[in-house]
Amino acid sequence: MDVTIRVKRQDPEADGEGRFPYWQDYPVTIADNATVLDALIQIREDDDGTLSLRCSCRSAICGSCAMRINGHAGLACKTIANTVVQDGVITVEPAGVMPVIKDLVVNFDMFWDKIEAVDPFLKHMGQEPDGEYIVSNDAMLHLSGVTACIMCGACVSDCTVLEVDPTFLGPAALAKAYRFTADPRDGDAAGVSMERLWALSEPTGVWDCTRCNECVQACPKGVAPMDRIMAIREQAIQQGYTNNNGARHTDAFTESVGHSGRLDELRLPIKSVGGFTNMPALMDYMPVAFRALRRGKMPPIAHKNVDNVEAVRRLFRQTEPDPPVPQVSNNSPFG
Amino acid sequence: MAEVLQHDVLVVGAGLAGMRAAIAARARGANTAIISKVHPVRSHSNAAQGGINAALLDRGDDWEDHAYDTIKGSDFLGDQDAIEVMCRQAGASLIDMEHMGVTFNRDDDGRLGTRAFGGQRRARTFFVGDFTGQALLHVMFEQLIKSGVQRYEEWFVTALIMEDGQAAGVIALEIRTGELHLIRAKSVILATGGCGRLFEPSTNALIVTGDGMGLVYNAGGQLMDMEMVQYHPTTLAGSGVLISEAARGEGAYLRDKDGNRFMEKYAPNMMELASRDVVSRAEQTEINAGNGVDGCVYLDCTHLGEALIMEKLIQIREIGIDLAGADMIKEPIPIRPGMHYIMGGIKTDIEGRTNLNGVYAAGECANVSVHGGNRLGANSLLDTIVFGERSGNHASEFTRNMDYVEFDANAALNQERRRIQEMLDRPENGDRWSAIRREMGESMNRNVAVFRNEEGIEETIDDLHQLRRRYENVPVHNKGKSFNTDLIFALELGYMLDCADTIAVGALERKESRGAQFRTDYPERNDEEWLHHIVLTKGDGGPVTSELPVTITQWTPEERKY
Repeated sequence: MDVTIRVKRQDPEADGEGRFPYWQDYPVTIADNATVLDALIQIREDDDGTLSLRCSCRSAICGSCAMRINGHAGLACKTIANTVVQDGVITVEPAGVMPVIKDLVVNFDMFWDKIEAVDPFLKHMGQEPDGEYIVSNDAMLHLSGVTACIMCGACVSDCTVLEVDPTFLGPAALAKAYRFTADPRDGDAAGVSMERLWALSEPTGVWDCTRCNECVQACPKGVAPMDRIMAIREQAIQQGYTNNNGARHTDAFTESVGHSGRLDELRLPIKSVGGFTNMPALMDYMPVAFRALRRGKMPPIAHKNVDNVEAVRRLFRQTEPDPPVPQVSNNSPFG
Repeated sequence: MAEVLQHDVLVVGAGLAGMRAAIAARARGANTAIISKVHPVRSHSNAAQGGINAALLDRGDDWEDHAYDTIKGSDFLGDQDAIEVMCRQAGASLIDMEHMGVTFNRDDDGRLGTRAFGGQRRARTFFVGDFTGQALLHVMFEQLIKSGVQRYEEWFVTALIMEDGQAAGVIALEIRTGELHLIRAKSVILATGGCGRLFEPSTNALIVTGDGMGLVYNAGGQLMDMEMVQYHPTTLAGSGVLISEAARGEGAYLRDKDGNRFMEKYAPNMMELASRDVVSRAEQTEINAGNGVDGCVYLDCTHLGEALIMEKLIQIREIGIDLAGADMIKEPIPIRPGMHYIMGGIKTDIEGRTNLNGVYAAGECANVSVHGGNRLGANSLLDTIVFGERSGNHASEFTRNMDYVEFDANAALNQERRRIQEMLDRPENGDRWSAIRREMGESMNRNVAVFRNEEGIEETIDDLHQLRRRYENVPVHNKGKSFNTDLIFALELGYMLDCADTIAVGALERKESRGAQFRTDYPERNDEEWLHHIVLTKGDGGPVTSELPVTITQWTPEERKY
């Protein structure tokens, strides 16, 4: 198969024009079942030794070759070239979010810093058993779905939150965190990782995810980071970590729709930040409120029920046997 | 003058063996650092799929049975004292890994579950699906983070410095910046993995280029049993990517083009689960006799059922779909023997010590020797953890009350700078390191493979001489500093050529058939003349061979049948 590999190149340390990103076309002839990585390796070996990329195992286990292929993050070694070729061209760019070192090589420092920030090692409170921990195979199989993560960074590359907010822990680190919060061997005797759940409920944690689903799409190993983030939210709420904007937002949302059948957009943000006792946060909302008012987008002060609200309430009663109870304690395990 | 980098214990390579060594040395108080040309979780330990062996006493298993299976698997070339150490330690090391957090599959009682593996009479292989190596590697990295070991990630070691017969440090290229650094060390533990890429094709990752073996060989150290190269029975048609022995462990069949289970002829008792050398030879014999299709035979998992495959063989199913377009749930997949592992390596004792003072080795780059002529599946992960830990322990004690060796650091650094600059300054001549590597790999795979003979091996030795002459003049296209992989590949090729020389010379020297070495011109095992190790050191005209006895404790060599 003849194909043009269009590579976004950059050498930030170069003196001349090469400092800035530019596109370079490489026409190659490759086998019909060749991967994008096979094509890139062929280029750097036979055509252009100045092209830099990371790769090693060629079988989607080392996590080295994540990059953007036709605009979306994935592993070059797992992408068969003839499935992504468009009009004879495959575009290849470095992974997003992380800064470029050279060509397709990005700087993973922020990626690893976030992994380290979640205390990525088993923390068992109390005595270890003499032999192995006795735990169910199902629990281990479930975890193995997460430990299948190869830390390739594809999810981080395409995370829409990290793109604008570098403080977010991000999908890879939070999936890693879930690997511990869901491990029956981590935390207390019941397998509850209280300190982790508390820390992960803080700003930069699980509530900063906007549920855009990009990480689930990008992950080449089926880890589904966003689903793990949602699972941590559940775990945290179950353990009573509800004194945060995210958990309050969830509760206020449920409460409003469950009561009136529609969202009370005026009271939702107020309840999310913790009500009128949290004046500084409310003041932050004032400019938004004024702009909304000026453009006639202010939600009505009187919140009305939808017609036939009983039907909605009945649905809620069926799916949510225990309606959320607002809580106002400080849930810190240290406090 | 840049800051002085110095450590009591410096580990080169951050796969399982290297990280285990570093964690052990740090735990005993040594100022420890680990240096690796890739980030630790990119290491090739990832690729181990099937599992890790251990004889757990509370399961009614016995370390002596494990030792016997290992010794028989080695075709009696393994040193039995070393094998005893490994098999006795296995249970404790396995439980350590579980306590660290490895998500091992369980049995119905919630205890660690096992699967059967080749060459063993009991199911004693513990596993995480079919990505055990990755699961272990990532957990080991978690422990490395916790340990406080300093990490030099994406630094490539270009030279091992010896001064007055004592390890003094290394010189390394910081890949991101292109700067050359000298790191002083009281001891150096090499854990750089195998050298599989000097074969073409190979199951090995592109980073597996024999760096540690090359470093030791060039510093005057000993390599041993380099002719013992394992061809794995099930590598995928085309790409040559590994399909785990776990498939056969879970009950998969090997079939010829007519659907016959040909292993009946070669290993009537163990069938598909005979040792790897036996199965690979059987496949190659069938393929050579015209009973294969396009140079392959078939691995048939269709009778195992979707549920089992989706629980225990999920990654290799995906590999089959991605790379060969075949779904093993529905159809047999084409496979063939492919270069996979080297039993040979840097000669060490059971503490990981080499013949160079202060230099240790562990993992695939080392030869303790626990694998002898043929490694059993799932013994390699065990080897890395047991001997990684022992090397780290010993190195930390060795350096305890010791000073850094005095030497002229600037002179050493400048000499290395000149060597590398000379490579960068070479004029264009149309040649490429990649072409040399491919020709080397194809020659090795043609003549130093499953079946070997004198004529073929000599042809390859001849090829290697010519390739080395080309190597000495090969230009480097990329003259830049940052992430100059072109330069690194050229440097790696030097290590590979050294390893290839020793493999070919060892294969020519051993005039018998034992384990992975099958000489069609000497088809029998010959204990009278060849029950010994072959040691290789660097001489003026290439590798020089000598002999070392095999240590035999309680298992007398006998005929090997499966």
